[in-house]
Parts: sequence; structure tokens; C-alpha cells
Amino acid sequence: MTGIRLDKLRKEYGTFIAVNDVDLTVNDGEFLTILGPSGSGKTTLLSLIAGLTEPTAGQMMIGGRDVTIARPQARNIGLVFQSYALFPHMTVESNVAFPLQVRGWSKDKVSAAVLRALDMVQMGSLAQRRPAQLSGGQQQRVALARALVFQPDILLLDEPLGALDKKLREELQVELRQLQRRVGITTLLVTHDQEEALSMADRVLVLNDGCVQQLATPEDAYLKPANRFVAEFLGTANIVPSTGGRQGVVRPERIRLLPSGSGGVPATVREVIYLGQSVRYHLDTPDGGRFVCLAPFVGEKHAINSAISLAWSPEDVWPLQ
Amino acid sequence: MDRGASTLGPRAAGTQPRSRGWKAALPFVGPLLVLVVLGFNGPILLIVNYSFSAAGTYSFVNYQELAATPVFLRVIGNTFRITVLTTFVVAVLGYILAYWITSLSERTRNIVLALVVVTFWVSVLVRTYAWIVVLGNAGLVNRTLLWAGAIDAPIAFLYNDLGVIIGMANIQMPLLILPLYAAMIKVDQRHLQAAASLGASERTIFWRVFFPQTIPALASSVMLVVILCLGFYVTPAILGGGRVPMVANMLDTYINSIPRWELASAVSIVLLLFTLALFMIYRRLDKWASGEEA
Repeated sequence: MTGIRLDKLRKEYGTFIAVNDVDLTVNDGEFLTILGPSGSGKTTLLSLIAGLTEPTAGQMMIGGRDVTIARPQARNIGLVFQSYALFPHMTVESNVAFPLQVRGWSKDKVSAAVLRALDMVQMGSLAQRRPAQLSGGQQQRVALARALVFQPDILLLDEPLGALDKKLREELQVELRQLQRRVGITTLLVTHDQEEALSMADRVLVLNDGCVQQLATPEDAYLKPANRFVAEFLGTANIVPSTGGRQGVVRPERIRLLPSGSGGVPATVREVIYLGQSVRYHLDTPDGGRFVCLAPFVGEKHAINSAISLAWSPEDVWPLQ
Repeated sequence: MDRGASTLGPRAAGTQPRSRGWKAALPFVGPLLVLVVLGFNGPILLIVNYSFSAAGTYSFVNYQELAATPVFLRVIGNTFRITVLTTFVVAVLGYILAYWITSLSERTRNIVLALVVVTFWVSVLVRTYAWIVVLGNAGLVNRTLLWAGAIDAPIAFLYNDLGVIIGMANIQMPLLILPLYAAMIKVDQRHLQAAASLGASERTIFWRVFFPQTIPALASSVMLVVILCLGFYVTPAILGGGRVPMVANMLDTYINSIPRWELASAVSIVLLLFTLALFMIYRRLDKWASGEEA
């Protein structure tokens, strides 16, 4: 049982509150992403859990063990930095062997475990290379092997795919997800990329200004955002009137574009963005409202400045607090 | 700019202005070049010439005489011993000091670095004489120790190896500290954090992650100190009081006391060859330190 429990965890830098009384329970084997804009406190939260930063207040449990003031060495956490932090003067093999050697494993056990870990991330053939001789994606794999080889209780990933190009990032997202499921390790991934947060996680924790905005499954966070910040940070939000005088949010793909005069809200097409499999329309309504709609592209587009109507069903509107 | 040149790529674009710059710079560089050739390179050739000349003919006689002179061999040995000991002291103390500086707050760090640099502005001669005030029989250290009752008679710090090593180490220290500090500050803190999270103790982190990344800089600055130590004159002359002869002091004797310039020339050439060999090693290490040869 290696879940994580944070209890009113707080970190202040002078008068600045980086992490503001965060309560969080991560279940055993869960993949949780921590999503927020830069400066939201997500990296501070991760380094608090890793023990690289000392909390101002609060309590932290890993697997039922109080680690609030434990040194990073005593936490048994696998950590992957955005910059990978591979030791430049060591080969791939020695990098991965490092955590085992400091644990005093015997030579045979170390080399067997290193081999297994490198094979797991398909890096076995490059064991004798130095980090500088590897591509970003390869370094990322080595960093992952090093973070997993000593069978840590939890895995922390700080924007591990942030430095890679889009295609490679998407490939590695799938690989990372599969690997995590296979190893079954409780994993926390920090990212500012909402797509990454939604696609990989069992649950998403949305942070802003050091405060938890929402903790929910990706579907719920996207379709039932807890507040306007979450609604707008996770994708595009169209704000429309909802029941009881409140505002509600409709996602772009839930809005239907109808010929002008067929009911609904009249609007003018301001911009048309062709995205390959879909088209994004930016629309203005006569009362100054702005909408973004996403429609599948099947051969026909609305032209700029053409008048159309917008419609959505009431169940697609999520009322905001 | 013609359009054809811009399509040749960065390499071609880079060489053209450089060669044009060389011609344009000639009127400015020329006089300096003449001065260096006439005032420096010429005399060195003269020294080479001197070292091979004996009674109007050319021979290895001077070198043979040196090799047969026990004093010369002893002085060479002495020079290397003092150099190695001094460099060792500078390396150990300098490393610790540079490491300590990296751990300071930015403000204190700048103050300490300024203190290190300030020593460059004080003449070597002044600093050497200052050591006499500090280490002499009636100097600060001895008087304090006598007053405290720690010793009965003054300790002989001066006019022996110890005095020379202390003085030389003091003067060479900044030359090691500054490049080493620059290398230490470049070590990625996240490497150390990663090592900690991987379970390494502070000691292991230092020896296996931090120290290896500073070895190239340490090696190149150690080499620099060695080269400078080999030719040191003022400090061994004053703090050694003639009892710790090094190659440069021997040269002084051959030039001023027993005037035998052809022997002095031969000694110079031997020293020059040693220094050149070490300088080549230094260049290699320096390239390694700056990461040119990964």
C-alpha cells in the first residue's frame, strides 16, 4: 500500500504562498497529473513530496509512513526532472546502476537489474553511451529507467516530456502510460499541457495560485469544471447563460452550427481555422459575445463573415459556481 | 552582399569576413608583431644559440656540463619537489575554499570573490615580504605562540622549504580558485538533487556526482599552477633565503654572480622545454574542462 496523503501541506517563501494548504489523497497505483499554469505551485508541490523542499506546515504520508521531514534519500521516490538530470560524466549504464550501487547491491544483482531496466525502456543497445550522445527522447527513457530501477514506492515526473517535439511527446505519453500500468507504481506527473494531463491520468489535480481548483477524473474536469478557472484552463470554454441566472460553460465541440435564421443564437463567422480533421470557428454574436466552435471537417466550411446560427442542448451546459 | 555568397552556408559566410578582417587589421597588428618577433622571439633564438655555443663552435658541451653537475640536478629535483608540494597545497586548500564559496549566499559570495581577486592587485614582492612579518622569528605567528605558551622557542617558518611553499601557495591560490569556482557554479544543482532522491548520501553525492564534474577544471588549473611554480623566482629567493634554490634562482647565479651565460642559456632551454611540455598538457586539459572534447 503506497498511496500518498497530503494534509494541509503549505509552503511559503517570505510573504508568497507557493502551496496553500493542499489536501490530497493519491491511491495506490494511481496515475495522477498535476496541472496548472507556470507559477501555480505545481513544481513546488512535487519537490515538497520528493523532499527537495521543506514544507512550512502540514503533513505528508507515503504508504502510511510520515515523511513530512524525511530526507529525500529516505523517501524511496523515483524522480524524473524535465532536464532529465542524467549524470554527464557517467555512461547510461552507470547512471542506471547508481541508485543500486548506493544501496550496496552486489555487482551481479546490479548488472542484472540495470539490464532489465534498460530493456524495459528499449535502451539496452545504448548502455555504453554518455548522456550527451543521446537524443532528448533517449535521455528521457534513461532517466525513467534510473528512476524505476530501484523499485521506488512512487514515481514523480516533472514535465518529463516538456522538452520533446510534439510527435515524440505523443508517442512517449502512450509508452509512459503503458509502462506505468505494467509496473503498477503510484505516479504523479506535473505538466502545464492540458492535453497531456487529460490523456494520461486517472485523475487530474488542477492548481492555481497554490490552491487546489479541482481534483477529478479527466472527463469530469473537462465537462464539469469546478469553476471558471478550470473551465478556461482545460481547453476552450464558451460562457453562456445557465439556469437560475448563473453562467454555464459549453465546450466548443458541443455547439452545432446551423444555417442562419433556423433558430438558436445568431452569429457571424470572424475566423476559420483549418485543423485537418476538424475546423475551428471563432464567432461573434450581435450582443458582443464571442464563441469558439469545433466542427468535424467533411468537405465544407463556412466562409468568413457569413451569418449562421448557434445551437446547443441544455444538458451540454455545465453551470459554474 | 551578393546573393550567391549567402547561399554557400554559414561556413563560407564565416571565412570571408575573417580573411578580409585579417588584411584590414595588419596595419594595427603589424607593429606589435614586429615588436614581439624582435623583442621576444629573436632573443629566445639567441638564447638557444648561446646554449649550444662553446669556444666559437656549436656543441652539446653546455648541456653535458649541466648533466654532469650534481648541483644542477639537485636544483632541478628541488624545483620539482617544491612545485609538487606547493601545487598539492594549493589544490587541496583551493578546492575547499572554492567549494565553500559556492555554498555562500550571493552577496557574501561576491565579497569573498572580491577578496580573492584583490590579491592580484598587490605586488608579489610586497606579499612575499609580508610573509616575513607574519612568519619571522619575531613575527606575528611565533610571538602569538610564544605568548600563549604553546612553544618555548620560535618555529623556523622561513628560509626553508616550508616558508617557500607557504609563500608560493599564497600567491598561486587565486589562479586555482577562480577557474575552479567557475566550474563548480556550473554544476547543475538538479544532478545533486537527483542523486539525493536516488538514495545517495551527502558524501557519495560529493564524491561520485559533484567532484567528477569538477575534475577537468581542477586538472587544468593545477597544470597552470605547476607551470607558474616551475619558473618562480621572487618568493623562493626571499622566503628561501638562498637555502631553497630553484631553477630561476640558479639562473640568477649563472647570470649575475658567476657570469656563465652559456650555462644559463642551457638551463633556460631545459626549463622552457619542460614548461612547453606541461603547457601542451594544460591546453588539452583546458579544452576538456571547457567541454570541447566530450
